[in-house]
Amino acid sequence: MSEHVVVIYPHPDDEAFGASGTITTFREQGIPVTYLCGTLGEMGRNMGNPTFATRETLPEIRKSELIKACEVMDVELEMLGYRDKTLEFESTEEVADHIFTYLDKIKPSLVITHYPGHAVHPDHDAFGAAAIRAVEKFPVDQRPVVWAQAISRTHVEEIGEPDIQKDVGSVFHKKFETIMAHKSQADGMLAKMKQEEEDMEEAAKQWLGVESFYTWKF
Amino acid sequence: MEPIEINHLQKLIDQHANKDVYVHLETTNGAYASHFNQDAYNVGAFIRNAKVSYQRGKVVGAGTTYRVGLKLDIGWIYAEGVNQYEVDENNKLLMAGHDREGRLMVALQISETPFNY
Repeated sequence: MSEHVVVIYPHPDDEAFGASGTITTFREQGIPVTYLCGTLGEMGRNMGNPTFATRETLPEIRKSELIKACEVMDVELEMLGYRDKTLEFESTEEVADHIFTYLDKIKPSLVITHYPGHAVHPDHDAFGAAAIRAVEKFPVDQRPVVWAQAISRTHVEEIGEPDIQKDVGSVFHKKFETIMAHKSQADGMLAKMKQEEEDMEEAAKQWLGVESFYTWKF
Repeated sequence: MEPIEINHLQKLIDQHANKDVYVHLETTNGAYASHFNQDAYNVGAFIRNAKVSYQRGKVVGAGTTYRVGLKLDIGWIYAEGVNQYEVDENNKLLMAGHDREGRLMVALQISETPFNY
């Protein structure tokens, strides 16, 4: 099986903050990466700082930010068309079937998604669960490896240390560029570090310089 | 969006009275509120494309925070904390309140055509 990584997160910018360093490392090795992005983050609170988006313009703005971020990372993008905040109310089985149509075509060697129950945002938990359910649709001997990302405060005490820990310091410039592509969101999330850009990148590196995952046990 | 100019906003609200309109109403403190602050509690609610008709709508307040109430035949629609507004290119009246970091805390939007799903 040839290598191909599929990243499955619900919101434009989840990939930037969560896995863009790891993704960059794969791309540097020539491994294809496809991002299945669940929603357009239509219900995001961040409207830029100072605000430049409204509830009605945010979806298109975030869509173009997402496309730009994927160009920065040099990955393929598929937008799955769900609505922000509503994923947990969809049928897990239907979402899993939908995700599987992509996985069945791509036949990935590795899937990266959120760790259900430890991913804080209800969309993260729901989409992670659907992604894992989708992988389970492959026969056992054809399943890709799944790396599940936990971000809850209590995940280490509850499920132990993540077995995959990627120091992405050497590619952090690319990660920072990916984050900044999501301008409407980065403005607010990096507001704590209102300094010169170099310092901001350094501060972000302290915060986001390691990406960790749990190899999912089926 | 622009800071609320109360007389102008009142005129816009009046223009939609006694017509079938679609309303988007929302408030949130974000999905990460209790993640970043253990003492906080996540709250949020939204309704999109509620079809109503209001007999009277009124904006009240001053300075940085306003309240808008829409009186329906058998009920009310209420939003507190809006401080900015605009009429977008689709003639939808958008009102919202943001915190100092530009994050939306409350929104009330009125339109004679449905909001995009």
